[in-house]
Amino acid sequence: MTHLTTKLALTALIGAGLVIGSIAEAAPKSGGVLNYVVGSKIPSYDGHVESTFGMIHPIRPFYSTLIRVNPSNPADPSDFVCDVCEGDVPKGEEGGTKFTFKIRKDVKFHDGTPMTAHDVKATMDKVVFPPKGVASNRKAFFRAVDSITADNDYQVTFKLKFPTGTFIPALALPFNFIYAKKDLDAHGYQWHKKNINGTGPFKFVQHQKGSFVEGVKNPTYHFKGQPYLDGIKAISAPKLAVRVQAIRGDRAAIEFRGFPPKHRDDLVKALGDKITVQESDWNCVLMMTPNHKVKPFDDVRVRRALTLAIDRWGGSKYLSRIAIVKTVGGVVYPNHEFAATPEELSKLAGYSKDVKGSRAEAKKLLKEAGVNLNFELHNRGVDQPYKVVGTWLIDQWKKGLGAKVKQRVQPSPPFYATLRKKKDFDVSVDFNCQSVINPIADITKFLSTAGNNYSQGGDAKADAIYAKLEKSADPKEQRALIRQYEKRVIDDAMVAAITLWWYKINPHRSYVKGWKIAPSHYLNQHLDNVWLDK
Amino acid sequence: MSKYILKRLLMLIPTLIGAAIFVFFLLRLVPGDVCELRLAGTGLYADPAEIALCQKNLGLDQPLIVQFFDFLWGYVVFDLGDSMWTGFPVVHEIGLRFELSLQVAIMATAVAVIIAIPLGVISAVKQDTWIDYVVRTFSIAGIAMPSFWLGILIILGLLISTQHFLGEPWMPPIDYVPIWEDPMRNLSQLIWPAVATGYRYSAVATRMTRSALLEVLREDYVRTARAKGLIEKIIINRHALKNSLLPVVTIIAIEFAFLMGGLVVTEQVFNLNGLGKLFVESVGAQDFNMTQQLVMLVVVIFVFTNLFVDVLYAWLDPRIRYS
Amino acid sequence: MTPPSETAAAEIEVEADFEELAEKKPWYIRTIEMARQQPLAASGFVIIIIMLLMAIFADLLTVFPAEDNDLEYMLAEPGTIHSDLELTFLLGADQFGRDLLTRIVYGARTALFVGFTCAIIGSTLGLILGVASAYFGGWFDLVVQRVVDVVMAFPLIILALAVVATLGPGTQNVIIAITIPFIPQCARVVRSNALAIREIPYVDAARALGFSNARIIMRHMVPNVMAPYLIMLTSFLGQAILLEASLSYLGMGVQEPTPAWGLMLQGGAEEFAESAPWVAIWPGVAISLAVFAFNLFGDGVRDTLDPKLRSR
Repeated sequence: MTHLTTKLALTALIGAGLVIGSIAEAAPKSGGVLNYVVGSKIPSYDGHVESTFGMIHPIRPFYSTLIRVNPSNPADPSDFVCDVCEGDVPKGEEGGTKFTFKIRKDVKFHDGTPMTAHDVKATMDKVVFPPKGVASNRKAFFRAVDSITADNDYQVTFKLKFPTGTFIPALALPFNFIYAKKDLDAHGYQWHKKNINGTGPFKFVQHQKGSFVEGVKNPTYHFKGQPYLDGIKAISAPKLAVRVQAIRGDRAAIEFRGFPPKHRDDLVKALGDKITVQESDWNCVLMMTPNHKVKPFDDVRVRRALTLAIDRWGGSKYLSRIAIVKTVGGVVYPNHEFAATPEELSKLAGYSKDVKGSRAEAKKLLKEAGVNLNFELHNRGVDQPYKVVGTWLIDQWKKGLGAKVKQRVQPSPPFYATLRKKKDFDVSVDFNCQSVINPIADITKFLSTAGNNYSQGGDAKADAIYAKLEKSADPKEQRALIRQYEKRVIDDAMVAAITLWWYKINPHRSYVKGWKIAPSHYLNQHLDNVWLDK
Repeated sequence: MSKYILKRLLMLIPTLIGAAIFVFFLLRLVPGDVCELRLAGTGLYADPAEIALCQKNLGLDQPLIVQFFDFLWGYVVFDLGDSMWTGFPVVHEIGLRFELSLQVAIMATAVAVIIAIPLGVISAVKQDTWIDYVVRTFSIAGIAMPSFWLGILIILGLLISTQHFLGEPWMPPIDYVPIWEDPMRNLSQLIWPAVATGYRYSAVATRMTRSALLEVLREDYVRTARAKGLIEKIIINRHALKNSLLPVVTIIAIEFAFLMGGLVVTEQVFNLNGLGKLFVESVGAQDFNMTQQLVMLVVVIFVFTNLFVDVLYAWLDPRIRYS
Repeated sequence: MTPPSETAAAEIEVEADFEELAEKKPWYIRTIEMARQQPLAASGFVIIIIMLLMAIFADLLTVFPAEDNDLEYMLAEPGTIHSDLELTFLLGADQFGRDLLTRIVYGARTALFVGFTCAIIGSTLGLILGVASAYFGGWFDLVVQRVVDVVMAFPLIILALAVVATLGPGTQNVIIAITIPFIPQCARVVRSNALAIREIPYVDAARALGFSNARIIMRHMVPNVMAPYLIMLTSFLGQAILLEASLSYLGMGVQEPTPAWGLMLQGGAEEFAESAPWVAIWPGVAISLAVFAFNLFGDGVRDTLDPKLRSR
């Protein structure tokens, strides 16, 4: 078979898969156990502390959250629905500073105790106002929260210090597991690291360390009729190839993080319509961060030359065939209303379709700065997509700037130590990966004060724009401010550059129904609406 | 003899302490720690105060020397501590993986012996004939193929061939069931890595069988037996093989010890939840405590195997005298 | 400084032992004889020579750039013709459109460089340590042997992994990581051989005559442990190449865009094993063949130098 016909056949099959996936939603069947593979390992079970999908994928189904991303429409970044609350997600009262949630009366913990507003309050207190010495990894998302009160057994009120667009998305974070107040009172704040007592669709059965986590249907789940599955089994498989093969050999039905395109093609080719493929833009982006404290990258002209030399459109076309990156975008997740349109994008440095023109400009800038580039690209020792993109970037700079670039790859822990502590890199591959799409919170990485801005530089003008943005309540104004901010941080001041946004590809066994791809591997993982068509 | 064993046991103490120092400081030379990885490693926002808190809870803020003596003290009070990644006791974490690694090591050793002894004998008996060359080529080929590459080919081969012949692609299970719970499922998972590894490890044992046998065949009593007109087969079975087994047993025992902790790559390819995979994961996560205890476990297995082999040697071979 | 006749005789005797290895025949006749006696070793040697030539003349043997991406030809099948350069991708192209044959030829450079550097440095340091340990004995020996015990108690891959984790990946650090575990292995074997030499009276005699330690070690001890040294050295060659490939597979070896076989497998073997099998097969074949050749050759060296030597 020639290349072209193979490609056509594959495209047809993928197309067919998508169609099959969408028409068979009609009548969910009950029963069966969902086996899925997870590529990362479980630290503790405490969602308030951890941040890896290695914990979310196996543990999230045991818990509920107050609100969540709509499981029937997870692609929409601003569609949130109630989980243990009742009715619609409340709109802010009193100028967007007061949010009152009615709590469902039929929610029960797995040990049988009913869940009330007091449990929600105790949980959110732990997340937002943890006592000294108690970890809560995302309390900064709730900076605006002033108080949380349980008005009665079935109503919780949040009061904010100032109105902000980041509050509701933060509340929908999949990490905000609801714990029982009595567990917190009786066992303390560390108990949930090793014990599970939630209100989620599945009850914890066992965790064989390093191998799998098993759960069984929770018969008293508050969404009646759900979950459809009798049980779940999350199997650990750190090697990508093993995860792909597991789906092919039907040892697992699905993997929720994402596969590179060639593996999708292999699966579709081998299994035809037994495989369904779901694809989505991904709320993760690979960045290229120069170290502003190292010469010659202290010179904004050199930094701009680095980003000008990158042919993003070409990269998107080719790399999307071999890596989990695809979409060209600015600082905001591409499908969000706050994201730059193609016209807006094309005005930014390095986003023009006239690659030759950009590169000529880049060379001019380098000449002005009197610099011959010869440096080291610091990268993370992970194939997808870091090393693939790293190899591509090196070639882009060689072609575009005549730069000699070597690559220094480090395993994750020293990679972070270099970025955060040693800071002895020239230019680093860097990334920003968030769960719930919350643009105003997600773009803080470029602020000069941000803990995860590893460039050692920033831009006073951008910081000032952001201060206005954070307190703005008007979406139109917010969008305009984000455009100004974007122009500063990835162009005029070139704090750090965006390379390509990730692209999530989830090929799975066609008998898995009800699960819809979300723009993040952290989202839509409670699995209460998944069923097996066997 | 008992004096010899005692002396050897005493000599293990500096080795073990040396290994402890070595692994402790080697790990801490790597910048970064488990807290940064856990909290910031996913690219999600992480609060520096949270990272500091996590370090404090794990004792990583203590001076190195204090941490080191804590580590040694653990052996005195028989408390190996908790994994820094999961928070569960190290003993608990290692337990299940040990079972799997032990089983794979035993099976692989069995495979290696089944391959090595006959091949080594044939190769020695037919020394410098084409049969000898074929056998040696076969066994060296095993050691030459990178184990991960072989593993990938095996799994892919299984998937493609089962789909071709049976209609449905089949692959070995990817999660472990102990052999007494479900022997079929257990074996259908572990037989592949055992064969792949056993074949690899048979190379050295084959060579050893061949050269040991050749050496014995040249000795006087074998010549005498030949002169007496004994049939070649009997000479080899009765006399030569038995006497040449000692070095072969040594090699097999030492390889077995290596298999217990050294199956780092194979376990990745076949998704085996054994000590090698745990080691790679613990190193990758900077889980110092876990890595230290794992390395010490492997070291202990290794030095005791060595001791066992030496004692066995002394006991079996009257020519060897230990002072 | 003429040694008395007794010592000289012993010296000559020992040296004569060694002369046996090199009989006084023209080298080509010796080579042919060796090849006839050891056909496997000879074939291994031929493969090694071919690889060496590939490594040395890589620039002349290849027509494609080894490191430049050419994304138009991403994963091109073997036999695809590059329309601008009018050249053929004989073994196909990898995921960045780089000619696979070119990268395999250049990869021989990396493999042999890593292999030889690690084997020579590792076994030579082992030789020095082993001989010194045997010669000086006493406390020095005891301490060195305990350190050797410690290092040897770690499985090779675990030790190499730990060292690379400490130093960070990269060609130079990979070499260090592979070399360190080799040193004690060689030192142990050399020491046990050297101990036997040390007991021979002429060493005492030489010492009594006031020869310097260095002279005794270099003139008398070292030549007599050349056999185990060479055996260890050749057996390290294959191991080093295999270890480099394994480290690369675990993401801790040589890094892009440097062409290296293990790295080519790591980036391509799994992801493209089915859709573009040439990316997965050829580097694997190259590694296997190289290690195979070094092992065959090593076996030959072992058989020639010391059929009784038992250590690995």
